Amino acid sequence: MGDIQLKKSGEVHEVVVIGSGAGGGMTAYVLANAGIKVLMLEAGPFFDPAKDSMQLKWPYESLRRGGNATRPMGDFDAAYGGWEIEGEPYIQNGNTKFEWFRAKMLGGRTNHWARISLRMGPKDFKCKDAYGVGDNWPITYDEIKPYYDKVDHLIGVYGTNEGLENDPDGIFLPAPPPRLNELFVEKAAKSVGINVIAGRGSVLTAALPGNKDRGQCFYCGQCGRSCKVYGDFSASSCLVIPAMKTGNLTVITNAVAREIITDNNGVATGVSYVSKDDMQEYVVNAKLVVLAAGTCESARLLLNSKTAQHQNGLSNSSSVVGKYLHDSTQAGGAVILPQLLNRPRFNEDGVGSLHLYAPWWLDNKKLDFPRGYHLEIFGGMMMPGYGGYFGFEGSIVPMLNGYIPDAAGKMKPGGGFGKSLKDDYRRFYGTLAGFGCHGVDVAKETNYCEIDNSVVDKYGIPVLRFNYQWGSDEIRQAKHMNETTQVVLKQMGGIPLLAPASDANNWGLSNPGKGIHEVGTARMGDDAKTSAVNKYGQSHDCKNLFVTDGAVFTQQAEKNPTWTILALSMRTAEYILDQKKRQNI
Amino acid sequence: MNRRESLKAIGIATVTTALIDACKPAVKQNTEIATTTDTTGRQPFEAKRDKKLQEEKFFGAHEMATITVLVDIIIPKDERSGSATDAKVPEFIEFIVKDEPEHQLPMRGGLRWLDVQCLNKYNNDFKSCTPAQQTEMITAIAYPSLATPEMQPGVAFFNKIRDLTAIGFFTSKMGIDDLGYKGNTPNQWKGVPQEILKQYGLENV
Repeated sequence: MGDIQLKKSGEVHEVVVIGSGAGGGMTAYVLANAGIKVLMLEAGPFFDPAKDSMQLKWPYESLRRGGNATRPMGDFDAAYGGWEIEGEPYIQNGNTKFEWFRAKMLGGRTNHWARISLRMGPKDFKCKDAYGVGDNWPITYDEIKPYYDKVDHLIGVYGTNEGLENDPDGIFLPAPPPRLNELFVEKAAKSVGINVIAGRGSVLTAALPGNKDRGQCFYCGQCGRSCKVYGDFSASSCLVIPAMKTGNLTVITNAVAREIITDNNGVATGVSYVSKDDMQEYVVNAKLVVLAAGTCESARLLLNSKTAQHQNGLSNSSSVVGKYLHDSTQAGGAVILPQLLNRPRFNEDGVGSLHLYAPWWLDNKKLDFPRGYHLEIFGGMMMPGYGGYFGFEGSIVPMLNGYIPDAAGKMKPGGGFGKSLKDDYRRFYGTLAGFGCHGVDVAKETNYCEIDNSVVDKYGIPVLRFNYQWGSDEIRQAKHMNETTQVVLKQMGGIPLLAPASDANNWGLSNPGKGIHEVGTARMGDDAKTSAVNKYGQSHDCKNLFVTDGAVFTQQAEKNPTWTILALSMRTAEYILDQKKRQNI
Repeated sequence: MNRRESLKAIGIATVTTALIDACKPAVKQNTEIATTTDTTGRQPFEAKRDKKLQEEKFFGAHEMATITVLVDIIIPKDERSGSATDAKVPEFIEFIVKDEPEHQLPMRGGLRWLDVQCLNKYNNDFKSCTPAQQTEMITAIAYPSLATPEMQPGVAFFNKIRDLTAIGFFTSKMGIDDLGYKGNTPNQWKGVPQEILKQYGLENV
């Protein structure tokens, strides 16, 4: 026998879930709590924020002072992975510049996300009717609302009820007040007619009723590092670890799914995976498979699961798998506020999510693009760190000091050294404020990921090739973002830190993927010819296969997708329970 | 779990104690330079890489001595805090150029450029020049908008070492205290204090 073995067990699991992020975590949580025995495969290691978080560490406790040599969002960031992972490449077709952020760990990217938790609205689910672009979802807001409500109760989210038509209210914990710098943005935005409201984030600003396992937020502002007291939502701390405590969920970590296996009738019978621990090949059997590996990984797995019955890849008789890939649009700007030079010092870490935001506030009938964007406001006295203060105003002090008179009221050339420069670092500390614009990309068949059969990763699995171009609607939207940014920043009266954008750089639009909101690669719909799964996330082609991550989105809104992934996956899990009871699956 | 229980869970008895502790002068561990002993949350490849980088040496003795002079010219001791070398900035620079190798060539070449300029002008390498000569040389490269074209290599080098010095200093315990950052400690965030809102005319926003 050679060194590599194929290990098959005779055991048949009730359910195998691939992936432990928001979608996989929620599905496993609901099923395990209903008494179903669930096996979960996670491609990365175990991660428990209570033990593994680097919360409250100081920059000098990092050799690189928080720098990003091994973690793109800084040395304390919770995500294991990044834009590039050694031995796991992806390909760009032509001049595509899609950026793909992967976190290989229990809980996936939910360990470090910004916890911005927004519901999609009634018009978002029927966007074709409301805006004339994109495809309508096969469900309405009213159908999904009970699940948003249950997610609010189960996980906790702060915010304020505003009664806005397309930004639905929720069951909110108290919203944290804004930081000093953020108030300058709020004042300026309101003065030009933008409605600024409290942010909405899954952080426990008050004890979560009925939950004894999670701690209340103590305002360190470090949600990106994951929370030792489970004061914010990570799928690891809030779903997977609690589900394991029921005794019904078993997690196999370091298990990289290779294929979903189907029988001669095209029914899913299990999953093959390679273990990173011993580099052996395994097959686990299951009566039902739930796929939630993350939008692009899920598409990759489906496309790599080819058989005689599923020649196009699994759940892909429609040929839509991988297509309609869409991320959020994003742009923005920031200023240094001279009125805040030498500002008072106090602890304003606040929450590590959003204090203030502006929901989309305009009427598209009066605009030259079809959908909208929201503003995420930021600013404050952030912790010094390479990539913290020194990712922001600190790094540019030797330029800024040429624009503003020194302590003695004298102008000096930018740059310098010595005591005067040392004092400039103090004066400018905590003077930055700005906002990001995050909007809708209308899903397009022509933006897609596909398998590049000529390239495999280090496990021998064929990799993804991306094809993605912004459309003219997105570019016109970005132009509007740029106009908004210039107007608000001017009102704030600060020194802009970015030159105004132009059509030469798509009006400041970030590369696709950069929003880390990619969705849509196994879209849901009523018609099996134009969608991969039905309105419950069930494969049209393979009845015992369900998809519960962002892949099922028909059309994203200008709302960060996690809360919708949680609501949809909870709904799918309840549907699975119902169908099992009726013996339909 | 309420806030008090949250804090207990991470080993902090109450908010009050934590705040009092934070106000005490620095006492505990070696706070300027991290050690690799704590591998909480580190991936195995990261811990291995950290160890390897710490065992390697990039700068030679002459280069380190020059860096030591330069960083204290950039951030000297003043009435509020110590100098860059007091905050162990040269050690940070030695580490970061190994961690981020793109700095290596500009740093090595820049140091050499500086020495050659000084040799030609003052007949000495930079670190052996008088303080007045050193100041004259640095002044010629520290203000990008004023520097002459032949000083441009020095401007690029000085921009880099100035950035690395500031990062090293203001992310040390000494530098963070100097900036007056008050966070990274459990607290109850109730918003901007009223008197500060008033100071900036933001009471009614």
